[in-house]
Amino acid sequence: MGTILKVEDLNVFYGSIHAVKGVSFQVEQGEIVTLIGANGAGKSTTLNTIAGLLHSRSGSISFLDGPLGKVPPHKIVSKGLALVPEGRRVFLQMTVQENLEMGAYTQPGASLEADLDRVYQQFPRLQERRKQVAGTLSGGEQQMLAMGRALMSHPKLLMLDEPSMGLAPILVEQIFQIIRSLHKSGTTILLVEQNAQAALSVADRGYVLETGRVVASGTGAELLASPDIKKAYLGG
Amino acid sequence: MEFLSYLISGVSLGSVYAIIALGYTMVYGIAKMLNFAHGDVIMVGGYISFCAISYLGLPSIVAVLLAMLVCTVLGVVIEGLAYRPLRSAPSLAVLITAIGVSYLLQNAALLLWGAGGKSYPSVVSGALQLFGGQLSISYASILTVAVCLVIMAALSAFISGSKLGKAMRACSEDKGAAQLMGINVNATISLTFAIGSALAAVAGVLLCSSYPTLMPTTGSMPGIKAFTAAVFGGIGSIPGAFLGGLLLGIIEALAKAYISTSLANSIVFAVLIVVLLVRPAGLLGKYVPEKV
Repeated sequence: MGTILKVEDLNVFYGSIHAVKGVSFQVEQGEIVTLIGANGAGKSTTLNTIAGLLHSRSGSISFLDGPLGKVPPHKIVSKGLALVPEGRRVFLQMTVQENLEMGAYTQPGASLEADLDRVYQQFPRLQERRKQVAGTLSGGEQQMLAMGRALMSHPKLLMLDEPSMGLAPILVEQIFQIIRSLHKSGTTILLVEQNAQAALSVADRGYVLETGRVVASGTGAELLASPDIKKAYLGG
Repeated sequence: MEFLSYLISGVSLGSVYAIIALGYTMVYGIAKMLNFAHGDVIMVGGYISFCAISYLGLPSIVAVLLAMLVCTVLGVVIEGLAYRPLRSAPSLAVLITAIGVSYLLQNAALLLWGAGGKSYPSVVSGALQLFGGQLSISYASILTVAVCLVIMAALSAFISGSKLGKAMRACSEDKGAAQLMGINVNATISLTFAIGSALAAVAGVLLCSSYPTLMPTTGSMPGIKAFTAAVFGGIGSIPGAFLGGLLLGIIEALAKAYISTSLANSIVFAVLIVVLLVRPAGLLGKYVPEKV
């Protein structure tokens, strides 16, 4: 066990808008950590900055003891960090299998078959549809594809941005089942969610973000029980 | 028999347009920009192969390879110096830069090779006589069509089957997501320019073999027509570039033969306007509905 990701005093701007204001948190090996908060709290911005798609103005991000600050985004995934972006962003005109192959882009070609088998075992639905173009999948299937695609790179830390967004309640339940089973098999997960109830019940620890700042943190159970959090995010 | 001979010259001309159109369509598909300097890369390819054959006395195949090499490097350098710094700039800025690069290349050629037309040496001569000499097909035409078919087949296989080809498709759909996969987007865009420019060199040689006067503006008109062909077929689509190029060549050749030589270009563009009115995305272009 040890700290896998450490974010310290992170500040990110969109032009003159200060979207993330001095956020600090860390993720330990084997944990599920969740960042919850309302729209515009800076959750996705934080994840996109860690993945290298956005640049921070100040602060530090270290992953497995190495700083990520100057690493170009296409080199971050081979360090063992994978992001399933908000809105899934699967390649709609490519087949399910091609999407998974893209997930394994940085992996040596020899392990491709074994990795495909592993992901198909986790998501049997994807195997049934492997020759279908991703644009024809339902929202839930696209979410599974996006997660499977990220798992193809053998991430040491899997970051999920709003995996339940826009899905029917039964599918949300299914996605959280998958998150639990990934966690059980040893994957460390950083989960960003608006569905605070579901996120806190799977998470070991959570951080609450409000307009770019961490305003509360604690174990999943503590946050679920906190009256302030209940009032603000859990509808009562 | 006369019709057949016009048709064949149309197919041959169309094959050249198709090869040029591939460069436009691939760059548009991946970098989402119109590289208006593409036509002038054709001209550079023509001059390089001309110099290699006429001044250095190299065999034509070596001249073609040399032209491809020079144009590939030129394409990558243009992309790196002129377009890459504008990656997140508004598309109008990129468009204007591309027009600037086009004039730069034309004027550089004017300076280097002068304004006078050079007479391009024939790379392949002779013709195939069919039906007792009633139909004559030049070997240059046959070669042009064959080269076009080989390029189309090779490029389609590369794009659909190879890891790099798939990475290109991924970049064309979503650059951010492609980066998350570990794909180097800048390198992929460079590769696209390299392929497009190498094809432009081939097109330059084929074009000059059929129309053997080489001038600094040689690339402009075929460049614009190939761009039209790419839009006609559906910009961003490789089969579309092929189909658009062929149809454009055939329409042009038949219009020249049966209607009027001086009106041929007007007819070509009139057909484009009609097609775009009916199918705004081009013949094979498609709108992909976005799921959110």
